[in-house]
Amino acid sequence: MTPNERAELYRRMLTIRRAEERLQKLFADGLVPGFLHLSIGQEAVPVGVSRALTEADTVSSNHRGHGHTLAKGVDLTGFFAEILGKATGLCRGRGGSMHVADLSKGMLGANGIVAAGLPITTGSALAHRMQGKGNIAVVYFGDGALAEGLVHECLNIAKLWSLPILFVCENNGWSEFSPTERQLATSLDKLGKAYGITYREVDGNLVEEVARAAGKLVAGMRKAPAPAILECRTTRVRGHFEGDRQDYRDSDEIAALDARDPIRLCAEALIAAGLDDAVLTAIAAEVEAEIEAATETALAAPLPEAGDILADVYTRAEV
Amino acid sequence: MAETRYIKAVNQALKDAMRDDPTVFLIGEDVGAAGGSFKATRDLLDLYGPERVYDAPIAEAAITGIAVGAALTGMKPVAEIMFMDFITLSMDMLVNQAAKARSMFGGQGSVPMVLRTPHGGGLNAGPQHSQCLEAWLAHVPGLKVVVPSNPADAYSLLRAAIDDPDPVIVVENKALYAMKGEMPETPEKIEIGKARIARAGRDATVVAYGAAVGMAEAAAEVMAAEGVEVEVIDLRSVQPWDEACVLESLSRTHNLVVVHEAVEAFGVGAEIAARMADIGFDELDGPIVRVGAPFAPSPFGKTLEEAYRPNADRIVAALRRTLA
Ligand SMILES: Cc1ncc(C[n+]2csc(CCOP(=O)(O)OP(=O)(O)O)c2C)c(N)n1
Ligand SMILES: [Mg+2]
Repeated sequence: MTPNERAELYRRMLTIRRAEERLQKLFADGLVPGFLHLSIGQEAVPVGVSRALTEADTVSSNHRGHGHTLAKGVDLTGFFAEILGKATGLCRGRGGSMHVADLSKGMLGANGIVAAGLPITTGSALAHRMQGKGNIAVVYFGDGALAEGLVHECLNIAKLWSLPILFVCENNGWSEFSPTERQLATSLDKLGKAYGITYREVDGNLVEEVARAAGKLVAGMRKAPAPAILECRTTRVRGHFEGDRQDYRDSDEIAALDARDPIRLCAEALIAAGLDDAVLTAIAAEVEAEIEAATETALAAPLPEAGDILADVYTRAEV
Repeated sequence: MAETRYIKAVNQALKDAMRDDPTVFLIGEDVGAAGGSFKATRDLLDLYGPERVYDAPIAEAAITGIAVGAALTGMKPVAEIMFMDFITLSMDMLVNQAAKARSMFGGQGSVPMVLRTPHGGGLNAGPQHSQCLEAWLAHVPGLKVVVPSNPADAYSLLRAAIDDPDPVIVVENKALYAMKGEMPETPEKIEIGKARIARAGRDATVVAYGAAVGMAEAAAEVMAAEGVEVEVIDLRSVQPWDEACVLESLSRTHNLVVVHEAVEAFGVGAEIAARMADIGFDELDGPIVRVGAPFAPSPFGKTLEEAYRPNADRIVAALRRTLA
C-alpha cells in the first residue's frame, strides 16, 4: 500500500467516525427519530473490506450499518437526511438508520432483523455467479447473529453452490447486553471448518490487516466463485444503542477500548511510517467540513408529506 | 384450444417464461432432477440446465431469502415452497424483507420475485400439509397474492406474476393439480387484481377463489335448478382484490356469499365482507354470509377432512340464508 492509499483508509474511517459522532450529538439533541446503533470502534472493518470492492459488488448489512453504508460510497448528505427522517434521504425518510440502502451503489440495505442479510446476500451472490461478471457479494453481521439458524442454511448453500460471498463477522464480543460466550457454543472458525469454507481471522481494528485479508479473499473468489469467511475481532465502544448506559460491562473492558481505537492505531502507524502529522490534520479538517455541510443540508431538508405513505408500496399503482 | 391439466399449465408457464427471459430462474426443493414434488418443474432442468434450475437443500428461509437477494441483483427468481404449510419458515424473508424493500428504500428498486406454493386439502395430507394460509400474506402491504382456479388461469396468472416487478405469491391448489381444462392458443393476459365472472347471474353473488370457484359453480347449478340465478366471481387475485367487480355485481344481485377453503375466521372473506358491508351497504338485501373451514386444524382422516372442507352444499345453504 502506498502512503496515499493508507492515508485514504484513514480518511474513510475518520469520515464514518465523525459522521457517527455527529449523529450521537443530534440524537442527544432529540433530532434523530427512533433507534441509533453506532459502530464507533468498528470502522476499520467496512473500510478495510470495501477497499477490495467495486460499485457493482453488493453488500448488505445489519442494524449497526452506518460504517458499511458509508464505506460502500453512498452520498453523505442523503445518508444524514435519511437518518434524520427527511424527504431527501436515500430512502425518502422511510427507512432510517436501520434500513439505509442505496441500490445504485450496491448497498442492499441495513437490516433490522438479525441475520436477515445472510440469505439476501447469498441470493445476491447467486445472481453474480449467474451473471458471470466476476462481481461478488459481502454480508456484514455480528457475533450475535451466529446463533441464528440462517447462518447454517447460508453457509451450507454458499459452499454447495460455490457462491462468491464474503461472510464478514464483526465480533465485538457483545450481542446487545449479553457476552458472546453466553450466546454461542461453538466458534466461527469451527463452523468454517465444518462447512469447508475458507476462514481468516484478523484484528478488526487494524485497517490494513482487514484490507489485506479481504483483498486476498475477494481476489480469489472473483477468479473462481467460492465463499469465504472473514472474522474481525473488534470493539463496540458505545452502548448497544444510544441511551444504553452499559452498566453490564466492567470498567476495565471499557478503559481498554481506547488503546485499540482503530483510528488512533491507523494514525500511529502512518506517523511511524513517516507521514507528516500535518497531512492527518488536513484530512481531519476536510472531513469535518464535509460532515458539517452534509449535516446542515440534511437538517434544513423538508420532512416527508403524509401523502407519501402509500407511495412505493407497489411499483405499479394499484388496480 | 387444447386440453391440458393444471400442473402442466404451471409447467408450461415456467418453460415459456424461462424461454422469454434469461433472468428467470427456478429454486426450490427437488425442483430440478426430480422435476418438483408435484412435477410442476418437470423437464426444466434438462431444458435450461443447472444454472437456471436450482435443487435447493431443505432450507425454506434461505430459499426465500436467496430469491429476495437475487431479485435485488437483477434476476427474476421463481421459488417453490413444496407445501404452503412450510411458508411459516419463509415468513421473515417475505414479510420483513421482500414486502418492504421497495417502500422502505424509498422506491429505489423492487423485488421481482415469485413464490409458488400449493395449499389446500383433499389429499388427506393432514394438519401440516393442507393449510390455506393466504390471508396471512394478503395482510402484508407489499406482497401480492394470486390463486388460480383452473389450468388456463394457472398459466396466465403465473406469467403475470413473473412479469410483475413486485413480489407475488402464486398459491396453487394440490387438489386442482390434476384438473383438466381448455388452454387457449393464445393464453389470456391477466392483469393481477382483476377478477373474472365465472358464471353470470342476477339473484345472488358468490365470491370465491382457487378450488372454491368450482364448488361455487356447482352450488350455482343446484340453485339454477330452483330458478335462482347465481353469479360466481373468481377473484383470481386476493391481494390486490377486485373490489370494483364485486361491488358492481352486488349492485345487481343484492346478495353476497364469500367462499374459501381457508379457515373462515379472520380470513380473506372477512375483508371482503367488511368492505362490502361498508361501501355496498345500500345494495344489500340480506346478510353477507361466509363459507370457509371451521376454526380447527385441517384434519387428516377421510370423514373429518370431508366435513372440514367447504363444498357445494354449504354454499347452497349460505345462499339460502342470505336470500331468505
Ligand atoms: C431476529 C432478531 N432478533 C433480535 C433482535 C434484537 N437485536 C438487535 S441487535 C441484537 C444483537 C445483535 O448482536 P450482534 O449480531 O453481535 O451485533 P452487534 O450489535 O454486536 O453489532 C439483538 C438481539 C433483532 N433485531 N432481530
Ligand atoms: Mg456483537
